[in-house]
This record gives sequence, structure tokens and C-alpha cells, in this order.
Amino acid sequence: MGRIAKYTRRTFLGIGAVAAGGFAVGYYYYRKPYENPLEAALAEGETTFNLFVKIAADNTITIIAPRAEMGQGIQTTLAALVAEELDVTPSDVVVEHGPASPAYLNQAMLRMGGPFPWFDESFGAGALRGTMGVVSKFLGLQVTGGSSATIDAFQKMREAGCVAREMLKAAAAERWGVSAGSLQTADGVVTNPANGETLTYGALAAQAALLNPPSDLELRPRSEWKLLGKPVDRVEGREKVTGGRIFGIDVQLPDMLHATVKMSPRFGVGAKSVDINPALQVPGVIDVQEIKTNTGQGFGIIAENTWAAFQGAEALDVIWEDAPYPLDDAGMGALFDAALADGEAFELGGSGDVETVFAEAEPDDILEVDYKVPFLAHATMEPMNATAQFRDGKLELWLGTQAPGISQMVAASLLGIETEDVTVHTTHLGGGFGRRGEADFPLYAAALAAKTDGRPVKVTWTREEDTRHDVYRPRVEAKMRAVIRDGEAVALDIRSAAPAIMPSVIGRTFPSFPAPPDDEPILDGLFNQPLGIANRRYQGVVVDLPIPVGFWRSVGNSQNGYFHEAFMDEMAEKAGRDPLEFRLSLLQAPEHAPAKAVLEKVGEMSGWGTPGPDGTAKGIAHMLSFGTWVAQVVQLRDEDGAIRIEKVWCAADPGEVLDPRNFEAQMISGINFGLSQALGQKITFADGEVQEGNFYDFDAMRMWQSPEIEVAILETAPKMGGAGEPGTPPALPALANAIYALTGERIRTAPLSDTVTFV
Amino acid sequence: MKLTINDVTHDFEADPEMPLLWVLRDILDIKGPKFGCGVAACGACTVLVDGVPVRSCSEPVGYVEGAITTIEGLADGDKLHAVQEAWLAHQVPQCGYCQSGQIMAAVALLDEVLQPTDADIDGAMTNLCRCGTYPKIRAAIKDAAQNLEG
Repeated sequence: MGRIAKYTRRTFLGIGAVAAGGFAVGYYYYRKPYENPLEAALAEGETTFNLFVKIAADNTITIIAPRAEMGQGIQTTLAALVAEELDVTPSDVVVEHGPASPAYLNQAMLRMGGPFPWFDESFGAGALRGTMGVVSKFLGLQVTGGSSATIDAFQKMREAGCVAREMLKAAAAERWGVSAGSLQTADGVVTNPANGETLTYGALAAQAALLNPPSDLELRPRSEWKLLGKPVDRVEGREKVTGGRIFGIDVQLPDMLHATVKMSPRFGVGAKSVDINPALQVPGVIDVQEIKTNTGQGFGIIAENTWAAFQGAEALDVIWEDAPYPLDDAGMGALFDAALADGEAFELGGSGDVETVFAEAEPDDILEVDYKVPFLAHATMEPMNATAQFRDGKLELWLGTQAPGISQMVAASLLGIETEDVTVHTTHLGGGFGRRGEADFPLYAAALAAKTDGRPVKVTWTREEDTRHDVYRPRVEAKMRAVIRDGEAVALDIRSAAPAIMPSVIGRTFPSFPAPPDDEPILDGLFNQPLGIANRRYQGVVVDLPIPVGFWRSVGNSQNGYFHEAFMDEMAEKAGRDPLEFRLSLLQAPEHAPAKAVLEKVGEMSGWGTPGPDGTAKGIAHMLSFGTWVAQVVQLRDEDGAIRIEKVWCAADPGEVLDPRNFEAQMISGINFGLSQALGQKITFADGEVQEGNFYDFDAMRMWQSPEIEVAILETAPKMGGAGEPGTPPALPALANAIYALTGERIRTAPLSDTVTFV
Repeated sequence: MKLTINDVTHDFEADPEMPLLWVLRDILDIKGPKFGCGVAACGACTVLVDGVPVRSCSEPVGYVEGAITTIEGLADGDKLHAVQEAWLAHQVPQCGYCQSGQIMAAVALLDEVLQPTDADIDGAMTNLCRCGTYPKIRAAIKDAAQNLEG
């Protein structure tokens, strides 16, 4: 293997473009580029051009797509970004997730998360987005989440393809003694059109990598795109229809042991006493080990096969410590009541003078109601699992994770080794939805791998363990108030109470980090919605309840979409106006134009305003989340007293769409995920333990319940938004509003199936 | 014990109470059928036993009689089964974890019913998909039915 040229000019990666307003300390470190982690692990004859491109002498071209593929199609779209500039076809190249490295940080994710509306282009909002990006560089977060992956990659991965292509052309030009500008590239080959001579990228790679990268990059304009903006088949499609061994649970290693865990069903405590003998007597069970981590305490049952481990876990006789929090839903409810009544609140956004408007309002003009949603599990199809091997002081992990760097850090810290001594192999994920960014499943695998004398161990959770040890979408309760005078909305006042997500995540993952003072997810999807009401106030109150909570597809928007948009329907009704017309009247500001456009579009698609067939009714909702503006209309049919969700129309505007077919699939997926919440999903507590355990008591939408879905994509918004999450928030309120239209019943508590019967 | 899986006979030792799924995955290293729930509630583990769809996570291996087909046994060499082709043409899979089971259930349905109606599909396709790919599954089944007929 030849000398590998160090890539000297890495600011092309776009990292340097982030303004570091007010963040002078550590500026040098911030500008210092990361090492290219591919350099450490090149195969014979392989050359790397940058973080995203490897080319071998045999012309095998590898694109690194360093984001978790959990169904959202990200690896295909990321590969297409590089391929568009590199002039290769995604199906002809190898697409790999690549190593865990801070060089693959996701700056867009943190930049998108600040306490400013997406359409706020003020100096304050820009500076804060910049600062969040800088923080992400310090933390080196290689995370897939927040529907941010394409936004983060859009510039830097096209640049990576462009740089490699230009260096390959320069190498060919050197060999042929012609100017690089006269050469052409296509399908992994450089051609000299003057004489028809060709050289493959593989034949040029080693030489090309020694050249200086170009200093001026000219990315291809949209009009010249061959791949982007068009449907690209999934690079892993064939594996997914042939039973490919691509998931964490499919990992098979020589001499591998199988294990499962039985963790305390009460959060934050461990075992009072245990008898491990009944477990050890199960044929095939080899060992039982105690596990103590920041994320949970309990036991690992190590066996010859997964079935034996599961039986061992069932046989294990443990008495757990008592729960240090209210034991059931009613007891927890008292905390919510107190928080809503007089808990200390933080405020985000808002305008005008809500207090005065309410004080001076006629009682008849005031609308005041309460909304509630329960804790929810993620219920990914693939239960949590990870495989670990610990030998010679080094740990290897194989797992489907949304955060390989976090897995690496927490496992290293548990075993008392350096982060560099942990190698993470990121597999495909059998669903993520926010669950697989957590540290618990790699931690337990690492803990058990330390007890198996160097043998690898695959730790697979049962479905029950998965459901009862999730990081839940929080239970949330909100007081919604509005003043409606003469058919116009004058004031909106929302006070919402929930256990805080950020302190929960940070507390169990990085206990030494300070938790943020408030919790933006409680109000995300409320304060940052486009809405032209003069007087608005958004208050969040943190409920001190130590049930682990986390990121659940669309996070705060998952409940706030329901609260905001179902209440918007109530406001429209009080104003005596049509729900669509009422919404449009509140979206007159120029920066709200995309909301208006998607609402008008979905109205047109669904025939809003014209009565549908007998026994049917429609509801509408709009939400801006993760930078994408989404309006939906749900149509219901009364089938002998049961409600069928018959059809959903969706108009979405993400500004710019890189793969329209995949974007549509993500909208459909998000809608069905959002509607599933209505159909019976709730996590409840008794004796401090989660009561639900498997799909018979925590289910999701099935084929016979699934509606026909029609999606229209608009591209009018000024900034690129995400795809994975924004389809979810409007689905539940559009459904609730349709139920009101069908039955006259306002449902303000999820799941809606507690009040009405669905097909 | 002895089982014929994808036309190959396998000899192995296992507790007859062990569910077929774990024999396939852990003992015989056939990883196509997936573990989802362990209680026959999601269908990710669906295999065919003499052409009939069976949720292998809840079927003790000692009770299994008949030839087993898993997702790995559907294609004829490089040539995919019409259902697999339709799944690709419609780009059905998202995370893909449930799709082995979905495809096996669809193959069994199309063996029974040449041109399934929506109601047939609703009745036979009871497997869970958390990515909500149902509209594409439905369309792919209808296409596969056309192609199998033709």
C-alpha cells in the first residue's frame, strides 16, 4: 500500500462555514480538522480521498454513508449525494456506514434544535444555530436523529464527491499530458474525448490521492443532476427482500455466546435479593451476572442459545427494590396537577400581553380545555440487542445504533478503557424512531462481554424487556386557553407539563454533564408554529418524575401537534368559522407562506368544503416540524359504529426534495406511525412498573386498519427540511378533528381508542 | 432431530420445546426469519411449513412436521420469486425487519388466492410493520398476482 496523501484542506467540508458567534474560547480547537478515520483501516490497494470516498485498485468504489439506516432510506440518499458529483451509479458502488468517529458529527441536528422558530431569520436565531453547531463539534456527535441527516450532508457529501472526481481527472491529465478540463468522467471511468482513451478510477486512485485537492469547487447545479431530485432504488433493497443478514440481531461470530437481560422493572433501583439457581438449572444456561450501569440495574443471563437465555431470565428469582416515585398513573397524575396549578414555568416564544387580554375578556369569549397524552414506547420491530467481545483490553461492539460515538464512549467508561479501544460496527437497524440512540443496550452487552473470557456474546432482549425498559415519549398534560372575540382569535395561552427529556437523556448517558435549565421538547411544536395571533404565551413546567423519557419520532411535536391543532379546531368552531379558512386567516405573514401553500393544496386534494359521501367526515391539521411544512386531511367512515380511517391526503413542503419517492414513503410512514398512537397505544404504571409488555397490549396499526394515502410534494419553502419525522405530528390531530366532525365528540385524551371504537 | 429446510435436510440436536425460530437462527444459522415478539403476535418470524404460513417463534420444533421454506429458499438461484420482485419494484421495505415475514405471508396468500381482493389481503396479511409500509405491501401483492398469472 502506497503512502496516503493527507487531506490538507478540509475546510471544504463546510465545517468552517459555521459562524462561531460569541464562542471565542476554543476557537482554534473548533477550526482544527478531524483526522480521516478511514486512513487507519485501509485494505491493500485501497485509497481514501476524504471522509466519504474510498477507491481500490480493482475499481471497487466505496461511499461512506455515516448515518444509521433505520428505514428512512438515508444511506441511499447520502450515497447519491457523493455519486452525483463523483459520476458513479449508487448500485455499482459499495455503500458502508463506516467507523464511529467524531469526524462524522451531525451539526445540522443541533443547529435545528434551538429555541427559535424555523422561519426566524433574525440575528439571534442565526447566532444560536451557529453556536449549537459549534457545540456539536466539541461533542463530536455522530448521531442520526432530528430528521437532519440530508441537511447536514447536502453540501459536504457533494463536495466530497466533487473533490475526488477532480483529483482523479488531474491524475489522468498528468498521465496523458493533457489538461484536466478537457477530460470527461462517467460510471467510474475517466475518458479523453480527443482520442477515446480511458482509465478507471481504480487505476488512478493511488496517484490521484497524492495530488493537492482543488481549492475552488463548483458543485453541479440542480439542472444538471442525474440522481438527485429523482427516485433512486435502495442500495440495500435486495438484501431486504432475501433475508439478508444485515441487522444487529443477525450478527454471528465464531464461538459466540447468547444472552439476555432481566433489568429492574422499577426505574432507578436494583435487586433487593436474588436467587440465581433456578436460572442456572435451565438447560443451556451457563452463567448469571449482575449488571450495574447508569441506565439500569439487573442481571444478564448467558447461555448457549437465545431460547435458553430467555428461559433462564424467566426462572431467575429476584425481589426488586421499591420504586422511588409514585407507583401508578393516578399517583403520577397528582404531580401533573400540581405542576399545572403552580409549578415554576419557563417560557419560549410568544408575543403581546396575554395576561391583560384574558383579564379584560368577557367570560363567554374564553375557551379553556385540558389535553392529555400518555407515555408511549417506541416498539421497534427488532428488539434491542447488541453483540460485544472484550479481549486484550479492547472492546468490539456490533449493533444497530443511531449514535455509534455515544455507544463507544459509554462502553469505554464502563470498562475503564480508552474510547479509542472500542470499535463499533454499525449494522442496519430494525427500526429506530429515536430508541436506538440510547446507551443501555450496548452498555449491557459490554458489561456481559467482560465476563465471558474473551468470547463474543450477543445480548438479545425479549419483547417484554424492550417494552418495559424503554425511554418513553413522556406523558404530557396541557392547559389550553384562548380568547375568541367577534370571530377572531385574540389570544392563545398554553401551559404544558411533562417530565423533561434532555435532563433524562443526559443524566443516564453523560452523568457528569450539567443538564440544561429547561426542556425545549415540552414546548417544541407549540411556540415555534407559524401563527398570526397577536397575544400568545407558551409555558412549560418540568414534572419531577424519574421515569426514563427520550426521543420518540417527532419528539415534542408528537404531543404538541395534537394539542395545537386539535385546539385550533376548537378555536375555529368557537369563532364560527371553517377550520381550513380559520387557519389560513392566521397565516398572512410572508414567512408563513409555505404553511398556507400546503394547507391550500391539501384542501384542494381532499375536496375540502364539499360534503363527502354519507357516513364520512374529514379533519384537517398542519404542523411545521424539522423544517418541513406538512398539512394533512383525514377522512373517516362510520362502519356500524366503528370508525374506519379511510383516507389521508398529505401536502408537504421540505423546500428541496432529494428523492421524491423516498420522501413520499417517509410521509406515509410518519402518518401511519402518528395514527398508531390513536389506536390503543399507552404505557401505564402499577406498583412502579410498566404494565404493557408485548404487541397484544401495546400494538400499532395493522394492514386492515391502514388508510389509503395520497401525498403531494411542494418545493416552495426557502430552506431544506427533514423527512423522517414531520409526517407524524399532524396525523393524530387531523384524526381527532375528523372524529369530531363525524361524531360531535371532542377527544382531548390519547389514545383516542379510550373514547371511540376503531375498526 | 431432522428437518428439511429450503430443500436441504438438516440433522441437529435441540430441546423439542425450543421454538422453531431459535433452532433456525441460533442452531442452524438461518437468519432470514426474525424475532419480533415471541408470542406469534407480529409475524416477523413467519416461515412456510408445507406451504402454510407458521409463526416460528411459537412453534415448538418437536411439533414441526413437513418441509420448511424460509425467505432464503424463495429465490431460484439469482432469480427472485415474483413476490420479491414486486417488493423491489414497489420499493416496499423501509427498515426491512418485518419484510421477510411479510413476503412469506404474501407468498402463502398468493398460493391460495390467485387474484386477492383488498379484503383477502386484509384477512391474510396480519403481520405488523412499524414503518407503516402497508400501502406498498398491498400494491406489491396485487402486482405479484398479475405477474404470477401472466
